Amino acid sequence: MTGLAVGVRKKNWFRGRSWPVHGALILTTFLIGFPLAYAALIATQSNPDVFAFKLTPGDSLAQNFQDVWFGRNLGRYMWNSTVQSVLITVAKTILSLAAGLAFVYFRFKAKWIVFFFVLITLMMPTEVMILALFRLVSAFDWKDTMAALVVPFAASATGAFLFRQHFANLPNDLAEASQVDGASPLQFLTKVLIPLSWNTIGALAVIQFVYGWNMYLWPVLIISKQEAQVIQVGLQNLQGIDVGLTYGPLMLAALLASIPPTIVFILLQKPFMSGFSITADK
Amino acid sequence: MSALLALLAGAGAGAYGFRTARRLRPARRYLVGALLGTLGAVVVSVLTGGCAYSPEVDAAQHILGIAVAGGIGLAVASGTSVVLASAKGGRDAGSIGSDIRTGTYRLGWWWPWALLLPTIVILVVFLYVPAVQTFTLSTKLVRLGAPRQIEVCLANFSELLTPNPWILVILPLIAVGVMWGLGLWKRRASLGSMSLTAATALQPFGIVVLLLALYYMFNGGPRGYRGIYVNTLVVSAGTVAGGMILGLAVAYLAFQKVRGMTVYRTLLIWPYAVSPPVAGILFFMMFDPTAGIIQHLFELVGVTFPNYREDVFLARFAVIAASTWKILGYNVLFYLAGLQNVPGDQIEASVLDGASAWQRFRYVVTPSLAPITFFLLITNLTYAFFEVYGTIDYLTRGAPAGKTSVAIYEIIRVGVENRDIGRGAAQSVLLFLAVIGLTVWQFKQSESRITYGGGG
Repeated sequence: MTGLAVGVRKKNWFRGRSWPVHGALILTTFLIGFPLAYAALIATQSNPDVFAFKLTPGDSLAQNFQDVWFGRNLGRYMWNSTVQSVLITVAKTILSLAAGLAFVYFRFKAKWIVFFFVLITLMMPTEVMILALFRLVSAFDWKDTMAALVVPFAASATGAFLFRQHFANLPNDLAEASQVDGASPLQFLTKVLIPLSWNTIGALAVIQFVYGWNMYLWPVLIISKQEAQVIQVGLQNLQGIDVGLTYGPLMLAALLASIPPTIVFILLQKPFMSGFSITADK
Repeated sequence: MSALLALLAGAGAGAYGFRTARRLRPARRYLVGALLGTLGAVVVSVLTGGCAYSPEVDAAQHILGIAVAGGIGLAVASGTSVVLASAKGGRDAGSIGSDIRTGTYRLGWWWPWALLLPTIVILVVFLYVPAVQTFTLSTKLVRLGAPRQIEVCLANFSELLTPNPWILVILPLIAVGVMWGLGLWKRRASLGSMSLTAATALQPFGIVVLLLALYYMFNGGPRGYRGIYVNTLVVSAGTVAGGMILGLAVAYLAFQKVRGMTVYRTLLIWPYAVSPPVAGILFFMMFDPTAGIIQHLFELVGVTFPNYREDVFLARFAVIAASTWKILGYNVLFYLAGLQNVPGDQIEASVLDGASAWQRFRYVVTPSLAPITFFLLITNLTYAFFEVYGTIDYLTRGAPAGKTSVAIYEIIRVGVENRDIGRGAAQSVLLFLAVIGLTVWQFKQSESRITYGGGG
């Protein structure tokens, strides 16, 4: 969390003792973490433990894991979600880099038309046209395929503008120098621009990975085969209300489903935070 | 076909208006262009006999027909002038069209196009085409998976609205009038006067009038949209207000300088990575009427806790609580970033002046957070409109009696569950208009912020 760089500017305008602050922080952390901690507790219990409101960890964790991972095919869903999120992240990053390169380092006549064309899509959320998109993608015969989960989301206006902004702020003579050296635009991109853009790429990667992983409505509509389903929808199998719901496996599955985005978030925390304080500053 | 002609007429008139009005001030130039565009669109669609003007349809559809033609004309005309203006500005000042930098590549003309082609193709096929199809589907009765389609003109829309034509004419005029009047009052008031303070204080009143007008314009019946409108308003207002107030409070707390702050911050921001469906599942567990902890805690103190799946207030509260919890980390993150920009010298000065902690927060910290608050307002609203789908689907499924079914949930219920894709598309168009309205508002707000130099 050092990316937020509070320590750099030591402004000591909060005086007084620190224990009330610690107390408030611990209480807040507890309240915010409570749903997750409670879920972790339930994940170790069997149904009788849950109904008895036992506040100590039960001994059913292994059984619950067995249930969800092998019995309910959670591993398969997690794999599908991983493939989907990684493909979306990679595709969006590559296409955004290419678009940023075209917008900043090339002159062409219709640039402003293309620019507006991309800009306008920022106010066109997929959800608003989801019924038409569903009809369209079904007509492609893409139902139950990975293509349906990735291709419609492979381009990103946000990403294109983020990289355009980032490239435009880089020193002017970079491109000239590499042109003198006889580098092609793609060499310039891979050898010069990408090494200078890791923070932006990292910040975008967190957003896109979490976006892909957390996608729910679209897979609900377009994927009906169990083997092709993603994790967020696969959780539904464990939640049959009224038909002998076991709480432990459901909570365990919900926690497992949150692990990959958390890992990505923690691994890329630094670029994510600094990428954001840059965009927040403008 | 007639809609297309109306659109073209609107574009023509708008562009013409923009050209002839070149000598006017920019604001008036847009106004003239937009008015001419509206006029052109309405006249052309009446002359070409658009279906909304045929004598068979009801009054509500006549009114909607004029509103649609006017809206298209207005959008095309003002859109054209904005695009023309920035294209011109771009060529002159080098903002978009020409380049600020000298280090551009001079290679084959196809180079930039090759780089942009995948992006353009995907955006056209998966955004622009479905967007247009949503509009065309909304004027038809179509069953999902069935090839037959019936043209119903604007009936899918008029059944969502009140059948009383007078309400449909007068209320929007009142709402627009109030908002315009308030805006005018604020612009005319001199700086620092009582009048300006009053006008600023009354500014939110315009939005209240607009929301109320919409409430009475929607039909309260079972096929009408009023119920969904209220659900959406309650859930999104609750989520945005809760998420932003708590987010600011937590961020302020996490901005204090104590040991171990890095750990605290990670723990406070982490729920950002949790998905909306998982948030739904976690709160489903906590609120569960037989095994949930909240139920248990209330039992311990001897109070029977109602089943949230049968109690309207509780069901909405559970949805708001779950989505607030999920968005909180995001808001904390941005408010923490925003707090870095609070001018330290002003804080120190206020400490020296003997301002209390609350006064410091109210008069120094909050104003400088205004840009980030506005940014969060928009992103939180988008989240509350769309992402809340997964939370609701795991938590309440719209129960009880559809009282937690918000706009996006209803679109899927009508369009996919009932397979009534035309009616679903009509509701999508309403949501689309709301999003466009918000974007235009955001655009205007950030524009005025730039002029005042408060970009943070």
